[in-house]
Amino acid sequence: MSEERLVDVLFWVFAIGSVVTGYRVFRTDSMVRAAFYLLASFAAVGGILVLLGAEFLGMVLILMMAGEMLVMAIVMVMFMMNPAGLNPMWMVHQHRIAVAAGVVAFLAIASLGFLVDFPDQPNARPELATEQLGIELLGDSMLVFQTAGVALLSTMAGVVVLASRRGRYGIADEGSEEPPLQPDEVDLLGEEATP
Amino acid sequence: MTLEALLVVAGALFGIGVYGALSQQSFVMLMMGLELMINAAILALVALWALAAGGNPQGQMLAVVFMTVMAVEMALGFALITNVYRVRRADITEKLRRLRG
Repeated sequence: MSEERLVDVLFWVFAIGSVVTGYRVFRTDSMVRAAFYLLASFAAVGGILVLLGAEFLGMVLILMMAGEMLVMAIVMVMFMMNPAGLNPMWMVHQHRIAVAAGVVAFLAIASLGFLVDFPDQPNARPELATEQLGIELLGDSMLVFQTAGVALLSTMAGVVVLASRRGRYGIADEGSEEPPLQPDEVDLLGEEATP
Repeated sequence: MTLEALLVVAGALFGIGVYGALSQQSFVMLMMGLELMINAAILALVALWALAAGGNPQGQMLAVVFMTVMAVEMALGFALITNVYRVRRADITEKLRRLRG
């Protein structure tokens, strides 16, 4: 089998794999299994990126999603009801609108490739892509790279604040309820509320 | 492996993501829909980078920014899930009725 043919076969395996596992995410009874289906979908997309010559991006995608999906599985076990898939799970709302929106989005994006005349300039030196990315990251685009780093840092700080046990209205576990919206329901200074 | 085929795959992933983000009640499943949409965006971006833009290094840079956005979105989403669960004991969107119109 020639190399080009092998790349084509691998591409279709990854493409069909990513779409099927992406669909299975919303069709499985177990949320943890859904997380691993999503990981499989991301791994297949990472494989396609490698085939396209973006080895670094593909591998980083797989690495990042592997960690992220494990965190997701832990969050599910912590907070969600029925994460184990012992009962059938079908928790949807506005199902018809969602299906229609999904189909419209698919048709719109899929038709782009046929309707728009993109320039036909394949990557001439894909073997240099990783090296070029490294020089770009620490050269001309260093400001973008550093901005992304600062954004991640501020996200970490914000996330710790959001997820801390101390809520805005007291300790979360001891009833950190916000005050009611109607002013006359507020018990001012411990006095009886005026009727 | 043509650009048309890659965009069809990206469109399918994006469509599934839109469906999931709109239809799921559980917060985590909803976030999975968002993730699938960003996944499709990265795929389409790298496809255009490799086949239509001549392997311009700035294209890969943009993909790195997309991945940062994905990480930020996931981290904030998990923190909000934790917070909403603590304060409201809610794990599905239907339990949050406060701002219902």
